[in-house]
Amino acid sequence: MAVSATDPHQVIHRTIEAVWRIESARVIAGLTRLTRDFDLAEDLAQEALVAALEQWPQSGVPDHPGAWLTATAKRRAIDLFRHNAVAKRKHEELARDLEALEQTAPDLDATLDNTISDDLLRLVFIACHPILPTESRAALALRLLGGLTTDEIARAFLTPEPTIAQRIVRAKRTLADQHIPFEVPRGLEFAARLASVLEVIYLIFNEGYSATAGDDLMRPNLCEDALRLGRILAELTPAEPEVHGLVALMEIQASRTHARITSTGEPVLLFGQNRTQWDQLLIHRGLTAIERAHQINTTRGPYLLQAEIAACHARARTPSETDWHRIVILYTELARIIPSPVIELNRAVAVSMAQGPQAGLTLVDALASEPSLARYHLLSSVRADLLYKLGRHPEARTEFERAATLTRNNRERSLLLARAASCDL
Amino acid sequence: MRFMVIAKATPETEKAGALPDPQLMLEMGKYNEELMKAGVLLALDGLQPSSKGARVRFSGKSRTVVDGPFTEAKELIAGFQILQVKSLEEAIEWVKRAPNCSPTGEGEVEIRQIFEMEDFAPILSEAQIQHKVAKRAELPSQTAKK
Repeated sequence: MAVSATDPHQVIHRTIEAVWRIESARVIAGLTRLTRDFDLAEDLAQEALVAALEQWPQSGVPDHPGAWLTATAKRRAIDLFRHNAVAKRKHEELARDLEALEQTAPDLDATLDNTISDDLLRLVFIACHPILPTESRAALALRLLGGLTTDEIARAFLTPEPTIAQRIVRAKRTLADQHIPFEVPRGLEFAARLASVLEVIYLIFNEGYSATAGDDLMRPNLCEDALRLGRILAELTPAEPEVHGLVALMEIQASRTHARITSTGEPVLLFGQNRTQWDQLLIHRGLTAIERAHQINTTRGPYLLQAEIAACHARARTPSETDWHRIVILYTELARIIPSPVIELNRAVAVSMAQGPQAGLTLVDALASEPSLARYHLLSSVRADLLYKLGRHPEARTEFERAATLTRNNRERSLLLARAASCDL
Repeated sequence: MRFMVIAKATPETEKAGALPDPQLMLEMGKYNEELMKAGVLLALDGLQPSSKGARVRFSGKSRTVVDGPFTEAKELIAGFQILQVKSLEEAIEWVKRAPNCSPTGEGEVEIRQIFEMEDFAPILSEAQIQHKVAKRAELPSQTAKK
């Protein structure tokens, strides 16, 4: 073996991890179809991974590592079925099926290739099944589709590993107990189930984009994981405009990653960001994804509308070039689909930019009686900002201070207090 | 993390007016599709022969333009991809799955990591520490004012 600066043992382990990330979803999806048992398929795939960890350091990585993992897992399945006395007949039948498939090995790969997309999509729908709590769906999606280990997921969510492991075990048990079929839902159910998948991916993205726990404002790895899941889904369901909408929204938001936090970790609001730091490649990808959605049909769902709003900012080289009239139209449409005081508040901000602070303030004041916004710091901070722009400084000061008492983020609080203090100047 | 995968030029790719072999184009297309389906391919492009390009040489304040073609094919690039993956090993695994595009069967593809904001952290950390120390020092005086 050649002398290397890096430990060859570690290199092979990282290689196996990489192979696992690339191949695991397809291996598990294929095995689930063959064994008709998703939980078992995942266990078998894990056993194949263990075998790889044992054997590859000696034998080297095989030429077709994915095929090796599948073949190893299938051999284990056959052994298991043979030795399992319970439900023997059913399993013997399965073992025969598997062996028959084994004997037609060259064709098997071709068959797998053709149906792999279907299997992967089934896996997406099972991992993100609405019967599971959202956090379990997120963990399962990252593990099954993102190829992350339980340890990686735990680190990403700053959660102890046993908690994540337990979440996954419970989720798999729930899926088995409820006899959730390994299939792509049809008809009306499809839209609802797809919404559940999109929700999970966006949750993972947001956990990375605006970290709710820990010291860092962002955890970019989670954003990358979510984007990867979104991009995979976009190729699996190319005819779904909302999938492209979600991908576009994430690409454009991710394009601002470097600009939205200072080197000292302070948040930078959209208008204060150095737009030359926005990642033009990601913006381009986002705009292309919007284009793809438009080519499918003209109806716009919530993700596509949000993506288009993000695109209005992405296209403007300076804040003053922002097409606020278009943003108002998009928010109006969004508020019609999902009636929500928070969206109304955003719309009010857009109106204030398009028509002036007084028009915005009128809309904000109409929201003041909204009980769900009573303790929402952004309502106060938006109102404060508009009052300030209208020259009503003493009122603005009170409102900034109120916002500061309502926010739970320390960095945001100091920003608001600074603005309150500036009202006296 | 992101990597640029750089395909080196060959005498074939450097031939004037040369278009890639249709069979190879098909295989590359299939491979790129696979990368897209896996959500790892961010961008890709192929480059025309160096005869259609130029070099600008810098020497102090002077700039000299040298027109292509350039002879040392192995040092030229013929195309690139941008991959977003979890590790160098993952990039390597993906590259190993690519079809061999060289007509002679001999070729080389280079994998290089792209700088990300986090990579500059060591440069910034000193300033960061200073900033945090300064902020902490401000805290008691702020509370004292209230």
